[in-house]
Amino acid sequence: MSNAAVATMERKPMPGMKVYNKKLGMWVFLLSEVMFFTSLIGSYIILRFAHPEHWTNPGVVLNVPLTATNTFLLICSSVTMVKAFAAIQQGDVTGLKRWLLATIVIGAGFVGIQMVEYVALSGEGFLPALDAYHAVGRGNPHEGPSLGGPLYGATFYAMTGFHGAHVSIGVLCLIFVYIQAVRGKYTLADHEGVEIIGLYWHFVDLVWIILFTIVYLI
Amino acid sequence: MSMTTTSEAHTAHAEEHHELGFIRTYIFSTDHKMIARQFLFTALLFLLLGGALAVLIRWQLGFPGQPLPGGGILPETMAPGGIILPEFYNSLVTMHATFMVFFALMPLMAGVFGNLLIPLQIGADDMAFPRLNMASFWITPVAGFMMLASFFVEGGAAGAGWTSYAPLSASGEWTGVYLGQQLWLASLIVLGFSSITGAINYVCTVINMRAPGMTWFRIPLATWSLFITAWLLLLAIPILTGGLILLLFDQTIGTAFFRPEGSGEPLLWQHIFWFFGHPEVYILILPAMGFVSEVIACRSRKPIFGYHSMVVALVSIAFLGWVVWGHHMFQSGMNPLLGMTFVVTTVVIAVPSAIKTFNWMGTLWRGDIHYDTPLLHAVSFVALFIIGGLSGIFMASAPVDIYIHDTYFIVAHLHYVLVGGSLFGIFAGITFWYPKMFGRMMNEGLGKVHWALSFIFYNLAFFPMHNLGVQGMMRRIYDPNQYEYLQSLQPTNTFISINVFLFAAVQAIFAFNFLWSLKKGKVAGNNPWKSNTLLWTTPSPPPHGNFPEMPIVYRGPYEYSSPEVEEDYYPQDRPPPLSSSGGHTVEVPNPEPVPGD
Amino acid sequence: MNFSWLLPETVSTFGPALDDLYYVILWITGIVFFATEITLVVFMVKYRHREGRKAEYIHGSNKAEVIWTVIPFVIVMGLAFYSKALWDEIRDPDRIPPDSFPINVMASQFEWNATYAGADGQFGTSDDFVSRNVLHIPVDRPVVVYLEAEDVIHSFFLPDFRVKQDAVPGMMIPVWFQATRTGEFTLACAELCGLGHYTMDGRVVVDSEADFQSWLDSQQAEEDSD
Repeated sequence: MSNAAVATMERKPMPGMKVYNKKLGMWVFLLSEVMFFTSLIGSYIILRFAHPEHWTNPGVVLNVPLTATNTFLLICSSVTMVKAFAAIQQGDVTGLKRWLLATIVIGAGFVGIQMVEYVALSGEGFLPALDAYHAVGRGNPHEGPSLGGPLYGATFYAMTGFHGAHVSIGVLCLIFVYIQAVRGKYTLADHEGVEIIGLYWHFVDLVWIILFTIVYLI
Repeated sequence: MSMTTTSEAHTAHAEEHHELGFIRTYIFSTDHKMIARQFLFTALLFLLLGGALAVLIRWQLGFPGQPLPGGGILPETMAPGGIILPEFYNSLVTMHATFMVFFALMPLMAGVFGNLLIPLQIGADDMAFPRLNMASFWITPVAGFMMLASFFVEGGAAGAGWTSYAPLSASGEWTGVYLGQQLWLASLIVLGFSSITGAINYVCTVINMRAPGMTWFRIPLATWSLFITAWLLLLAIPILTGGLILLLFDQTIGTAFFRPEGSGEPLLWQHIFWFFGHPEVYILILPAMGFVSEVIACRSRKPIFGYHSMVVALVSIAFLGWVVWGHHMFQSGMNPLLGMTFVVTTVVIAVPSAIKTFNWMGTLWRGDIHYDTPLLHAVSFVALFIIGGLSGIFMASAPVDIYIHDTYFIVAHLHYVLVGGSLFGIFAGITFWYPKMFGRMMNEGLGKVHWALSFIFYNLAFFPMHNLGVQGMMRRIYDPNQYEYLQSLQPTNTFISINVFLFAAVQAIFAFNFLWSLKKGKVAGNNPWKSNTLLWTTPSPPPHGNFPEMPIVYRGPYEYSSPEVEEDYYPQDRPPPLSSSGGHTVEVPNPEPVPGD
Repeated sequence: MNFSWLLPETVSTFGPALDDLYYVILWITGIVFFATEITLVVFMVKYRHREGRKAEYIHGSNKAEVIWTVIPFVIVMGLAFYSKALWDEIRDPDRIPPDSFPINVMASQFEWNATYAGADGQFGTSDDFVSRNVLHIPVDRPVVVYLEAEDVIHSFFLPDFRVKQDAVPGMMIPVWFQATRTGEFTLACAELCGLGHYTMDGRVVVDSEADFQSWLDSQQAEEDSD
């Protein structure tokens, strides 16, 4: 090709991943989050194999039915998030706002229910600290033999707590995106913010499914 | 090619600054070049602090129990009458390493050079996320302040080593340090976000913002090494963050993740720490390897020998770095069978480093070597990295490690790779890219004197540490004379200390050169080193946006002494000659993005 | 001043094998060191800039890459396998000689406490006695130390025996060795364990069989009289 032609051609960056910067950035960020949860979950696995006597069968101390419902809710919120994104892909701002709001409400509900569970569990003596730990099982009065050991409480609160913190931050971000939607910032052509919060939200949901399985079902 | 002169660029630049105001230009800038400068000044300050702590350590080891000259200014809790206390000594070894690794080397490698080089070398106008970049910088001084503050709280600064092994670090009852240890943990948790956000920026920028024609195998090795380092940071730092959080819980809320009295596992901490820790050491050296490649190729006027191999070696080191962590734990009580697997993976990782060393030597071979300060530092990197790498072979053998683990042999090894390697690599980088950053050359005479004296005193100080280790001297030991078998080593320790002091003192020459040249250095043109990369096509320093229009890249970055052109360099963005050059095909980028390009 | 790369004398049975491995590595790395550093200096001098001479325009050599990948790989893998036999001999719990004389050693801030089983050969009985910071062992007989830690991680380091093992609270780790001559040797702590880390110097006294027996008897007598 001649130099004259080269000199007049449009200068665009190399295609790279063919994904816009913010989206690539979110994916890359989520990889770092995978490593963070790996370190927590990996520690749990190692501690549990080393000291299985610290754990009980999940339903003995933890409220599996309630949390299963909570899990279902979180999955629903991923569905509403998908619907929100689908709406703005069609240019439907009203739909976007409605489904974003649904996602926010369900997400906040998830955190709320988890906090209720935390209060109940700590009331029954299921605590992270070594000296304070005295889990007596669901629905039991405060007396009774201790079930499991402090590693159970410590790993439980560490894993679910950090997940809950991520959900909470997600809810705050969703509120920000909602406000932007109300202000008319998202259009059919330009709605990057919605897509990337969606990615984050699905990730948080996926981590929960893994956590729920290993903490509440195994 | 842009023919903007330095003074024109300066005027335009100054006008832009006037519009933005002082705060947005110098304090809260989103320009990657300013952020690089901010990292540079912050990191050099912490390097000075880390060095001062080292001088204190060496005072105690060289002149044990003697009052430090001027030590009266230190508080009674640290050094009453100028005599360093054992608890303060433990804090010194901890904080020296902590400041050097986290607040000096990492910001210098990734923060300074990642920011300065990546956009300019790939032809981008800035990073992918400039505001995130700004946040990424500001986290560092905040974390640094927390770390500094820990010296002044009751109980003093952390004293469990930079490796912070539990249970020593999990409860203040074992060290007498409570808040100091917690601040150490909190500071590093905060600092991690600086690394992670920076890494996100670097990865996205390199993937998505390369100028047309800048294919993956035309990227300069400095950017390659920083790109790979960014992936290591992205994936390793969160592991450390998780571990630090769990340890902080043990310290503060009474959990027992690592405390045996609650069935915690001390070895779990070691696994978490070193799973991060080994990729971390590659984070500390890979960028320096990139700088060395740039400088040696440019100043030898010769293509880098084996460019593709160099890239493959970088990637191999990065992958293998994840499966060698157990070699820090051979004597830890870990399953010996597991130990053997780590012996194998560890010796294998020596191979790509050897490949790189041979390729640097191949670059010098039949070159046209200009003895500039950057080149002298870069070749010193190679010479000293060879020593550091070879000493690593001893400890890779688990049985030999039985004897040398936790001795000064290890201290020698780590300083050869981190100072002999990383620091000299950083000196090469600073002296080479200073003109682009500040528009002026550093003084060559002073640069050479600094180099020569540093090289000499560095080796006199650190080489004998191998021998201390061979004679059985342990690490982190306040007073080796307590042990009869170590008493004969005191003269060696004193010799080492004196050379460390001289090495430290010589850095004043560098500091003076750096500061003096900011105002009085010879004005640098666009390309004083006659390098090929896009970075050197810009004015010194470049304006906001770097390039008047996006460059087009026609060739790789190491076309030095090419037969196609008269001069001994051939910039990446210079169009090939109009006439066909006698049979040699010149690649021109296709304007339509090609899948797989 | 001591700049020696020679290891001090060793007094254990597996010491010489460990030292041999060290010297093999020293030879190999020494040769590589001199070869590479000298080449580096030669290149720096020979190819320094001189007017009228241009650098050679060469991008590399696949043949060279293969050679300097394969040869180092073979050498280091050889070292790895050479290390395996000795590592297994020292560390494999199944390879601890079955008739080893047992001593329980508890590391703590900042001392070593060695518990001997006493005349009945059983730990946990009333004739056990504790020796603080001094271990007596018989010459030419394997000894196994059951290493524990009370508080934080310490490291049981016998430089002359080429023995080192971290003592980890919550774990009990066996360490075996056999002395080849009598004498008094250093016991050091090789893992930062707090303020008094540098004060944890102890002694290992290697006795002849007769002396060892009389030491045991005298310790027993003291214990009985307490």
